[in-house]
Amino acid sequence: MAETAANRPIFDEMRGTDGKIRPAFAGVDQWLSNMPDGEHGRMQLQADLLYERMGITFGAYGSANGHERSIPFDLIPRVLGKTEWDKLEAGLRQRVRALNAFMHDAYHRRDICRAGKIPEAQIVRNDQFLSVMQDFDLPGSIYAHICGVDLVRVSEGQFYVLEDNCRVPSGVSYMLENREVMMRLVPSLFTQNRIQPVAQYAEELLNTLKATAFPAASSDPCVVLLTPGPYNSAYFEHAFLADEMGVELVRGTDLFVDDHKVYMRTPRGPKQVDVIYRRVDDVFLDPLAFRPDSMLGIPGIIGAYRAGNISLANACGTGIADDKATYCYVPEMIRFYLGEEPILQNVPTYRCSEAQDLLYVKENLKDLVVKEVHGSGGAGMLVGPTSTKAEIETFREKLLANPANFIAQPTLSLSTCPTFVEEGIAPRHVDLRPFVLSGDRIAIMPGGLTRVALRKGSLVVNSSQGGGTKDTWVLADH
Amino acid sequence: MLSSTAGNIYWMGRYIERATNTARMLEATNRMWLMAGGSREWQSLAMAFGLDENFEKKYPDRAVGDFVTFMGVDSSNPSSIAASIQAARYNARAERNNLTVSVWEYLNEASIQLRSKLDKPLIGSAIQDFLDWTKRQMILVAGACETTLLRDEAYHFLSLGTYIERADNTARILDSKYHILLPQGEKVGGGVDYYQWTEILNCINALRTYRRVYSSAVLPWRVAELMILRSDLPRSLHFCLTQIMDNLDALAQIYGTRHECHRLCGVLASGLRYGKVDDIFKRGLHEFLVEFIDKNNDLGVEITRNYLINP
Repeated sequence: MAETAANRPIFDEMRGTDGKIRPAFAGVDQWLSNMPDGEHGRMQLQADLLYERMGITFGAYGSANGHERSIPFDLIPRVLGKTEWDKLEAGLRQRVRALNAFMHDAYHRRDICRAGKIPEAQIVRNDQFLSVMQDFDLPGSIYAHICGVDLVRVSEGQFYVLEDNCRVPSGVSYMLENREVMMRLVPSLFTQNRIQPVAQYAEELLNTLKATAFPAASSDPCVVLLTPGPYNSAYFEHAFLADEMGVELVRGTDLFVDDHKVYMRTPRGPKQVDVIYRRVDDVFLDPLAFRPDSMLGIPGIIGAYRAGNISLANACGTGIADDKATYCYVPEMIRFYLGEEPILQNVPTYRCSEAQDLLYVKENLKDLVVKEVHGSGGAGMLVGPTSTKAEIETFREKLLANPANFIAQPTLSLSTCPTFVEEGIAPRHVDLRPFVLSGDRIAIMPGGLTRVALRKGSLVVNSSQGGGTKDTWVLADH
Repeated sequence: MLSSTAGNIYWMGRYIERATNTARMLEATNRMWLMAGGSREWQSLAMAFGLDENFEKKYPDRAVGDFVTFMGVDSSNPSSIAASIQAARYNARAERNNLTVSVWEYLNEASIQLRSKLDKPLIGSAIQDFLDWTKRQMILVAGACETTLLRDEAYHFLSLGTYIERADNTARILDSKYHILLPQGEKVGGGVDYYQWTEILNCINALRTYRRVYSSAVLPWRVAELMILRSDLPRSLHFCLTQIMDNLDALAQIYGTRHECHRLCGVLASGLRYGKVDDIFKRGLHEFLVEFIDKNNDLGVEITRNYLINP
């Protein structure tokens, strides 16, 4: 395809590169070939209705029709065999262990800088660096209790990590609801294929959160989920997870701090809280410590945090590790902290802060994907091969105005997966976000969120940019 | 449970009840209008709701159909059925983890269906269709609440919202008769007057009940007695206050404390329990109802103060 700079053919999750159905997809292939004409349209409609009725929505800021819409769901699952998943899982464990070790080190001795593996400026000059976290000890030294790692595949054996989401990764509710909807609509697929379950996520999450409580907390720690509220784009997920875990879904106004302890307001009176799974960004957490204009946070909560009376998941200051410029150093971290070779590869990345790299990027914009270091949701990026000359020139100005704010990567030929589109079944590009939980141990649900670019040829899978999702299976065999 | 959760669920209960009652009132008024062939019923109802001014500002023609559009599907009118359903859904969405799947799905479905009806003028047979739709949807939600919710704090706050709202609405429905002017030349106790009292009963679905209880013609003081003092009619003031009392007692049991709202409720409930319809009419039915609406409102404010914000 024209937009892929790499000259290897596109890998299809179902048919590989040689057109033969890959073993993991045998069940799906059979299902698709036995499906009567028009059946998939009918089922897709049923799925869409189900999503709307269940109110599984994603609020898109500034969307024309108000705050909520359903994320398009595609019926054809993405399947991973046991062997390929096992390798991915080992790679994810390794990566997240190293990331947590790095965050602890970054806020303590910075051995990795002393060893010359990462420049200290990369840590202390990072916007996401929080001095309030310096020399502060966390239970288990864990920072990213919930980590979403974005992966793309380019060939049978080759996955790349695109980015690590160590702050407040979202999307896990779609992983769970997609499975739920598939089981309702096509139960026969589940009896014919040995698909590993993912429904234990909420239970594992609650265990992880409880494990992160400080020693001062009660033996059965009181956990709550902090949301910015119903206008947040991920509000559905917040409510969903609180519900699944059976914990209170709170907003800043439901909590208050007294004597460095955090309480929630109940009709019975104040109740002390031990652990907050917060889905609010660092700077909004405490108007006393960070942004004084934040209405979402709880005044004094950072004081309570430093006093060891409340745990936050994820910890504050994790942004230093999911920064796209820090990303380049993750393989180094794995070698440095674990003494192991990385199992999962990084995408080769150019740091525009470095003169040599910038020179190359400037010359090759039309072949590269250029991203803002702190960008998310597919905003503020340039996909060179699919952009017009004018778009590239406009972006060039932005880039040269502040090179350190950008990284660049070669355009990858992302794998595709068969997807229901208006004209029938056609390949569309996909990525994969598995979720890694770190508490007293690491837990990874077999699967993750597969996002699919619904427009032909598009590589942008973000839900805020019109991407859809698929159920993601990990088989117990193959 | 959070105070804000209790508050959202309380208001969800109020809005569901409000949508139903508004539909009932519009239905009765529509029928009165069809019968009497005039537009003053709409105006008097608007007066009973204290909406006269808002209504006139937006619909200067004050055509008959305007009022039902205004109270039914005008999403900019905070008292309309549409706004009530949207508000109920908003509260439910904030608390969907404290509700059951059926409660959320029925309410969500109602609001999805509502979208196609919003802000389109209601005329002719579309009026009754819309009111029937509203009643059916809200009964589904109320039924889902009754049959699926755990009888815990959340349920008690939901009930408090439901019955505070219902008591208010029943009092207003009854009081609306005070505002309905008889056409010139019509006598009190005449045919139109009789028909209006009948429609008041229809409003709360109680005409047949009236006939069964009193087996007599529709008489104003008996209608008032039924709607104010009967302990066994689910929409009477007495019944509502008994329910409020029971739910407050349940909360006192759970939390181990009583508050000012318990005392206020006791005063109001015992007035209804031991009241006589003769005394009410001696004082004036309208005066009685206006005072009741105020006290019921005070009770709601006190419940809010004691449980729903910042304890």
